[in-house]
Amino acid sequence: MVAGATAIEARNVIKTFGTGSEAFHALDNVSVTIRQNEFFTLLGPSGCGKTTLLRMIAGFELPTAGDILLDGQPVAHLPPFKRQVNTVFQSYALFPHLTVAQNIAFGLEMLGRPKSEIESQVTKMLKLVQMEPMRNRKTNQISGGQQQRVALARALAPHPKVLLLDEPLSALDLKLRKGMQIELKRLQMETGITFIFVTHDQEEALTMSDRIAVMSKGKILQVGSPTEIYEHPSDRFVAHFIGETNFINAEIVSRDGDGGLLRLSSGAEIHHPKIGAAGSNNDISLVVRPERIELAQLDDSCQFAGTVKNIVYFGTDTTFHLDVENAGEMTVRMQNRWGHQAVLQIGDQVGLKVEPDALQVLRD
Amino acid sequence: MAATFDTPKDALADNGRAQQAAKQAATRTIFTRWLMLSPAMLVIIICGLMPLLIILAYSLMKPGDYAGVVWGMPVPDAWINLFFEQDMFSDAMAPNYAYYIIFARSILMALFTTVLALGIGFPTAYFIATRSPKLRNLMLFLITIPFWTNLLIRTYSIIMVLQDQGMLNKILMQLGIIDQPLQLMYTNISVSYGLSYAYLPYMVLPLYASMEKLDFRLIEAGYDLYATRFQVLRRLIIPLVKPGIVAGSILVFIPAIGDYVITTQLGGGTTMMFGSLISQQFLTARNWPQGSALSLALMLLVMIALFIYAKKAARQAQS
Repeated sequence: MVAGATAIEARNVIKTFGTGSEAFHALDNVSVTIRQNEFFTLLGPSGCGKTTLLRMIAGFELPTAGDILLDGQPVAHLPPFKRQVNTVFQSYALFPHLTVAQNIAFGLEMLGRPKSEIESQVTKMLKLVQMEPMRNRKTNQISGGQQQRVALARALAPHPKVLLLDEPLSALDLKLRKGMQIELKRLQMETGITFIFVTHDQEEALTMSDRIAVMSKGKILQVGSPTEIYEHPSDRFVAHFIGETNFINAEIVSRDGDGGLLRLSSGAEIHHPKIGAAGSNNDISLVVRPERIELAQLDDSCQFAGTVKNIVYFGTDTTFHLDVENAGEMTVRMQNRWGHQAVLQIGDQVGLKVEPDALQVLRD
Repeated sequence: MAATFDTPKDALADNGRAQQAAKQAATRTIFTRWLMLSPAMLVIIICGLMPLLIILAYSLMKPGDYAGVVWGMPVPDAWINLFFEQDMFSDAMAPNYAYYIIFARSILMALFTTVLALGIGFPTAYFIATRSPKLRNLMLFLITIPFWTNLLIRTYSIIMVLQDQGMLNKILMQLGIIDQPLQLMYTNISVSYGLSYAYLPYMVLPLYASMEKLDFRLIEAGYDLYATRFQVLRRLIIPLVKPGIVAGSILVFIPAIGDYVITTQLGGGTTMMFGSLISQQFLTARNWPQGSALSLALMLLVMIALFIYAKKAARQAQS
């Protein structure tokens, strides 16, 4: 296996449900390349097309146009049982008439593997997901978290080229979910299988993924590492969907190379190193994450002036909601290392400081 | 805690009263239960249990000369006759082959009917269960329509279709497929056709009930795990709807094995079945004890078969 080689490629995939005026474009010309041995996440709100794309890779949906390539081979028109792709279903879909071990063995049996191989592989999988003592239980005699592990083991047992996970953690409670996030990442690294994970939970996506594709309304808006997606959202939707964001309007005063001088809505001027091609008529939008803004004594070094409207204490940090002059409402988050929450009070006048590299220019 | 009881004696008395009240309430509950069950119990005792006991008594008596029975000490003659018959000349006992053949034919015919109904009912139920809810209700309604028509009329309609000058033969001859009418009536074909048709809804309805509950995501999971269509059917769908298959088969097999109307109308005298044998004993041979013994034997046969199945199912559920 070559690191970085392509495992799955979607080429100009279109999926339309219904016809005429009732037609719904679940996938609108989607192209994406997923590398081998990668933990890839499709992230987006419900109805964005992420599950449709996953089901298409699994073979449960036919593309209206375009193609899906698995290891360079077109597979879009192959039935699911002819693809070396397995799925962990949101509902787990464990076979209730079979035991845990029989569930895990199912795929291998269908592939016609010899009995001894099935036996050893099932034992290996049970060990991998730490379910050995439960091997002879029926699937309704184990807990939700354990069912989740069995579903994983069942899908991993035939050693597929790609493992698809359709919001598998959504039915678990918070603590189990956190545990499974780490577990999934470990399994992916140990097995070396490409994981394609579908979720609407941005935190889940950020903690587990090697790369994330953010989807909305049947389109992929941005593909990148969690850091890229979070720190450098290229799109208003992406910035809004992932984490909390402050939007700032600005105009370009002058350009020099890739960067330029910006005049923020508050009137303060700041030099930004990377504007790129954004801002056709010199008006641009910037985003800044709440934790990248510093609250300070109001003076000339501050770009914005605001009034504290609300203070929300989170334990590890505190969020300040501010009414900012010429920029509307803004949110600032600070770690509780310095005890600001004790110093600042609702109604206080404060200054806001932003470093140029904390400002991300949106492409629209 | 502050002292709430005036004296220990009072407390005990209170406790005793409470216990008595609880006991009274429990008695009332049990009484109410029996009261509510009593109409059903009465019907079962008067219309079910008592006739059964009468038949049991008949089967142990000697037959009267002109039907009826001669009351006296119980004798096992009729029961022995199920298996052995007395030779007319030598009085020696010989196996009653005529009965064996009728038993075997009835069982085979009922089995064949069940298999045929399952073969037709399974895809039908699957088709209905996979339609939209609105369409499902309409189709179930259509399935139950034959129930509204008298069985005798439905059976006569089948005769109209199958007889020598019937619809089927006419169509086949018009098409030039045959030039002589096929003998369809009064054969095993006509009987099994009539039986499967009459009892098909009893197969479709329980099958549909268990298929409707089938989680089709499991079938997707099967395809995902490399199962072909046939393997999905054999390894997933059939085991998952097994309760429906069993219920439907029982509901078809039991009435089919003892059926009288269809087997006599469509089978005529050439293919005697259990049901017509019993009626013959009562009406023609005027041997009520024999007819009673045959009826009970049929009932025992079915009960034993069900009992064995229940045992097996329980053992399977345990393992």
